[in-house]
Amino acid sequence: MNTLLLSRIQFGLTISFHYIFPLLSIGLSAMMVMMEGTYLATRDKKWEQMTRFWTGIFALTFVLGVATGIVMEFEFGTNWANYSRFVGDVIGAPLAAEGIFAFFLESGFLSVLLFGWDRVKPAMHFFATVMVALGAVFSAVWINVANSWMQTPAGFVLLKNAQGKVTGAKMTNFWKVVLNPSTLDRLEHVLIGAFLCGAFLVMSVAAWYLLKNRHLPIARSCLKLGLIVAIICSLLQLLTGDFNARMIAKYQPAKLAAFEGAFPADAPEGMGVAGWVNQTRQQFYGLRIPGMLSWLLYGSTTRPVEGLDAFPAKDWPPVNPVFQSYHLMVALGMFLIGISFIGAFFWWRNTLWTRRWLLWIFVFSVIAPLAANELGWFSAEVGRQPWIVYGILRTSQGVSPDLPAGDVLASIIMFGILYALLFALFLFMLNRKIQQGPDDTPRHPSQEGPLPQHGRMEA
Amino acid sequence: MVLQIIWFILLGALFTGYAILDGFDFGVGMLHLLAKDDQDRRALLNSIGPVWDGNEVWLVTAGGAMFAAFKNMYATVFSGFYLVFMMLLMALIFRAVSIEFRGKEPMRWWRKLWDGGFFIGSLLAALLLGTFVGNIARGVPLNAAGTFTGNLLTLLNPYALMVAVTTVALFLMHGSIYLVMKTEGPLHDRVRLWVNNSIIFFIICAISTTMVTLIYYPRLTDQFRAHPGLFIVPLLMMLAIANVPREIFQKKDFLAFISSSAAIALLLATLAIGLFPNLLYATNNPAYSLTIYSASSSQYTLRVMLIFAIIGMPLVITYTIYVYWIFRHKNRLNAHSY
Ligand code: HDD
Ligand code: HEM
Ligand code: HEM
Repeated sequence: MNTLLLSRIQFGLTISFHYIFPLLSIGLSAMMVMMEGTYLATRDKKWEQMTRFWTGIFALTFVLGVATGIVMEFEFGTNWANYSRFVGDVIGAPLAAEGIFAFFLESGFLSVLLFGWDRVKPAMHFFATVMVALGAVFSAVWINVANSWMQTPAGFVLLKNAQGKVTGAKMTNFWKVVLNPSTLDRLEHVLIGAFLCGAFLVMSVAAWYLLKNRHLPIARSCLKLGLIVAIICSLLQLLTGDFNARMIAKYQPAKLAAFEGAFPADAPEGMGVAGWVNQTRQQFYGLRIPGMLSWLLYGSTTRPVEGLDAFPAKDWPPVNPVFQSYHLMVALGMFLIGISFIGAFFWWRNTLWTRRWLLWIFVFSVIAPLAANELGWFSAEVGRQPWIVYGILRTSQGVSPDLPAGDVLASIIMFGILYALLFALFLFMLNRKIQQGPDDTPRHPSQEGPLPQHGRMEA
Repeated sequence: MVLQIIWFILLGALFTGYAILDGFDFGVGMLHLLAKDDQDRRALLNSIGPVWDGNEVWLVTAGGAMFAAFKNMYATVFSGFYLVFMMLLMALIFRAVSIEFRGKEPMRWWRKLWDGGFFIGSLLAALLLGTFVGNIARGVPLNAAGTFTGNLLTLLNPYALMVAVTTVALFLMHGSIYLVMKTEGPLHDRVRLWVNNSIIFFIICAISTTMVTLIYYPRLTDQFRAHPGLFIVPLLMMLAIANVPREIFQKKDFLAFISSSAAIALLLATLAIGLFPNLLYATNNPAYSLTIYSASSSQYTLRVMLIFAIIGMPLVITYTIYVYWIFRHKNRLNAHSY
């Protein structure tokens, strides 16, 4: 195992783990804004209790996001030093902007959100909640700018030394860097993906309370709110996903070809539903809807799509992993749309609250948007290989020179153990908070009874 | 040229902000085990409860700003100091989760566990940050491409370790002064004793480190000899340090805190002047040193970043002050406490 491979593993591991928490934080803070906003508008205590409850869970996802994020901030320097030297002139600015404009905002107002309930007026508290949610969105914005620039670089020139060797990139137009061709498409998709996570987390807990016959008024309201967001966002996710596919077709055709396991250089393409790609044999085994991809991209079933054969094999990403992760994401997207509509249907029939099988599905379906997000990034990032900055710098050229592989191995082992521990603790704490539930005891004391809450089995 | 100097100062300001703000968090963490019972420990923990996370953002932003303004420095330092830095990250992670998790369960073993995590995380972070600073002051071996050529043992040299201990002492003093402002009753009286001890500890460390620096690293005094007017900075620093025990003695705790904050700022300013224009001095061949000119990003990027700073920093300072204002009272435990 060399430094390059180990660094790639480490980056994939640490970012995938970090990403779980921002997803929940971004999504949950948006939900909290809606809840607290409803409270201010209606003055119904229920919404306040709900906001307080979710604030506690938000604190948990936030602290883990912070703890794991700090690793990311420095990992470009530790493991990708040559990359940092090469593109630091461009990439550094959005990262610094994230600190100045997003993290300070978020962490500053977080303290008011968590500890300020009795110290500031309700309107001020709501303002703090909105600022925290905005801060979370801003950090997604800036980090996406950085990533999108790596996917579709713009607004820079390449510097050459006396021998004509390219030595680095120099920013020439900040706004072109920020609004590079993929920023907006990717940002919409990423943010909506995060909102879906928030909505499904809220629904999951609400469904569980309904099943356990606890906190009923709050659980119903949560489920309704979550469903509304889920319906809107799951449809929007399909739409923005389509935008992304068109964008990729235009700017990263080799990646799109890998998404679909398409090899012929120039032919109309079908869209894979499920299957297996053998990269060495250049074969796709599985189910494919003929002409569908051509139609989705260009509105014509006969228009050719560039396949992998149009590119030298050294510029191919690993095809099968990309194919699988991409298709799983799309499948999960379809699942989210389906389950949201089924939920809405039974809500309309007013039988949602007692339909146990459906509620159980909702309890577990929070995993689906989380997984879809991870898989989407996996497709985007592995599909970008072998480039670290598309078309400009190869991943192998970006790694830290003279960094001993043993050091990286040591840090991977360290992060592996630490993160496994953190994840276990996270689930444990999350479970405890959900078991405790929102503080609505005065509302129906009779139901609470003398039994300790978490000892109670199904009602 | 001017932009590089401005960014050298701004980056210094960000790291200074970090040292002052997270410095007292580390101090509180290192003192945590001295508090005897659960109530007192909670009091300590909650004194930094609403602010520690915002304080850490100064490090994140300083890192981002270093990446953007002095990309080669960012690349060299973090890849070169790899293991030291990974341990620092681990310490910071431990501290963060210990603060968050400690109060969530009542079991004794649970609280003991996270008490330990909070203490060790804070101590280790302070030591490692000090090691960092020590090596920056001392310089490290670099090759022509600006890559660090030493190993972990190069970094754990006696001088860096001495700076590390001094850093611990500094944060202990700073943190205990912060606690004096934030505690009440019997705990408050005990904290006063900690302040006295930590001041003595820090002054001993500071004097010895200064002596060693002057004897072994006279390079760091070049700028002062070239521009004698700059001597005002270390002079003010000494006054600030001397002022700390005076204010504490008169029970003007807030002024003592301001003094120790000023001491930290002036200490780092002294170091920065000593380094200038180097960012990282190459001990094997000074020509390989990373300077603010050879390590910096383009003028255009520096200008864009300056605009960020001009728009962003006033906002940041406004809400930092606002948060500290809301939580200015001595802290009392309630349902939302850790
Ligand atoms: C809830 C999460 C979620 C769901 C349901 C979907 N996606 Fe997605 N997708 C993401 C979350 C995501 C993501 C994690 O946010 C990615 C990674 C990078 C990005 O831009 O967004 C992504 C990437 C991504 C990309 C690649 C972008 C790139 O390479 O830069 C494409 C083409 C799509 N998506 C298309 C779709 C389609 C057609 C979907 C059908 C429903 C879909 N996504 C559902
Ligand atoms: C949160 C979502 C993200 C996930 C899950 C993710 C996932 C991954 C994975 C799996 C790799 C390894 C790919 C490989 O080597 O085959 C990788 C590499 C990398 N990603 Fe991401 N990534 C995410 C976001 C980002 C962002 C926002 C940035 C930049 C600001 C970024 C920058 C990089 C870099 C520099 C590498 C290393 C070089 C490379 O392997 O291409 N990633 N990422
Ligand atoms: C390589 C890429 C990334 C880096 C360098 C990075 C860096 C960081 C850092 C340093 C923090 C802690 C901030 C603090 O101390 O308050 C953080 C937290 C956060 N990050 Fe990331 N991050 C990356 C990827 C992402 C992605 C892809 C997203 C979202 C799309 C994201 C969203 C957030 C959010 C919302 C937070 C706030 C903490 C939370 O809400 O959990 N980050 N990140």
